[in-house]
Amino acid sequence: MSSFLPRRAWSASAPLYLFRSLEEKLGLVALAIGMIFASAQTVLAHDTTVESLTVSQPWSRATPGGAKVASGYLVIRNTGDQPDRLIAATSGISGRTEIHEMAVKDGVMTMRPLADGLTVPAKGEIVLKPGSYHLMFVDLKSGLQEGEPFQAQLTFEKAGSVALTFDVRAIGASDAGDPAGHGTSTGHVKSTRH
Amino acid sequence: MKLTWRWIGVIATTGALAAVLATAIALLSASRHPPQAETAAGPGGPFQLITQSGAELSNEDLKGAPFAIFFGFTHCPEVCPTTLWELSETLKRMGPDADKLKTIFVSLDPARDTPEMLKTYLQSFDPRIIGLTGNEDDITAVAKAYKVFWRKVPTESGDYTLDHTAIVYLMNGSGEYVGALAYHEDADKALAKMQRLVAGKTP
Ligand SMILES: [Cu+2]
Repeated sequence: MSSFLPRRAWSASAPLYLFRSLEEKLGLVALAIGMIFASAQTVLAHDTTVESLTVSQPWSRATPGGAKVASGYLVIRNTGDQPDRLIAATSGISGRTEIHEMAVKDGVMTMRPLADGLTVPAKGEIVLKPGSYHLMFVDLKSGLQEGEPFQAQLTFEKAGSVALTFDVRAIGASDAGDPAGHGTSTGHVKSTRH
Repeated sequence: MKLTWRWIGVIATTGALAAVLATAIALLSASRHPPQAETAAGPGGPFQLITQSGAELSNEDLKGAPFAIFFGFTHCPEVCPTTLWELSETLKRMGPDADKLKTIFVSLDPARDTPEMLKTYLQSFDPRIIGLTGNEDDITAVAKAYKVFWRKVPTESGDYTLDHTAIVYLMNGSGEYVGALAYHEDADKALAKMQRLVAGKTP
């Protein structure tokens, strides 16, 4: 009986199990692929989507005179059922870009490159922020100036590559700020550590 | 016979343990009551280093004025620029009181942080901040005197970064440790501590 029902208009958020027939499943996959291409063309505020990953609020800070390093921060959300992994990053501003973890504990700052990259959990997120995970732009070609954004590319194990534009905030900035520019943002996204 | 030997063993062991205990107690009480009135071995001590303008600066030159001193390196992505920026903001808020103390940044990476490098780097912060560097031995000595932890960590392609103590030491006019600013210390609390430092009070 149900198979004779006319194909209904689907909402993009309808989960896969609602669609029983092969045609419906294939159609959904086709729509998903279409959406990926569409989203790649759209610059929606500071969000960039690739496959099931959405990268938001990429930002960095102006660097002091002659500085050879800078850090990059962002939030990666994974709506998929499978974890993914940030495995590499590159940028024209630096000779090298590494994925690091840092911490300040008992008054001591420690920092380590993450040789295996950073896992983005399924249906979860990973936050790169001051005092925690970050991208480290090493061997800077020139200093970063406040208000002068730069490009970088992230590579994920499954989702592939994504190009991002990093906002450059003041030397003393402690968060991504309010994209609309109304004062300072106090909203911090909770970090999911794995 | 056997019993006697066993007793001798027990007595000898007890005697040895008592001797060890006595020595330990003697050592502990000696460390609690040092023979000289040295500042309870707090952070601080003599140094002779080079400023960002190439001049020599020693602890003797600082006598009479309190100072805030911080150890780091210019290849530091976050803690050092943030701390220098926060210190700059605090100095600005202190007004004329800021001229009553010295603020010092000592490089733990003298191989890369030449006086010229420090000069360029510190131009982004309050001009009153003094940068210090020197040879490896002099830097090792000052870091040890200030009980600073630091360690070279190799990264890719022969490069390295440093793990290091991220607190600002507050020293009085006699060069004695009187307090500290934690990393990211609340701006108002940091200001109050610095104001108490210049007023000759315990921060
Ligand atoms: Cu540092």
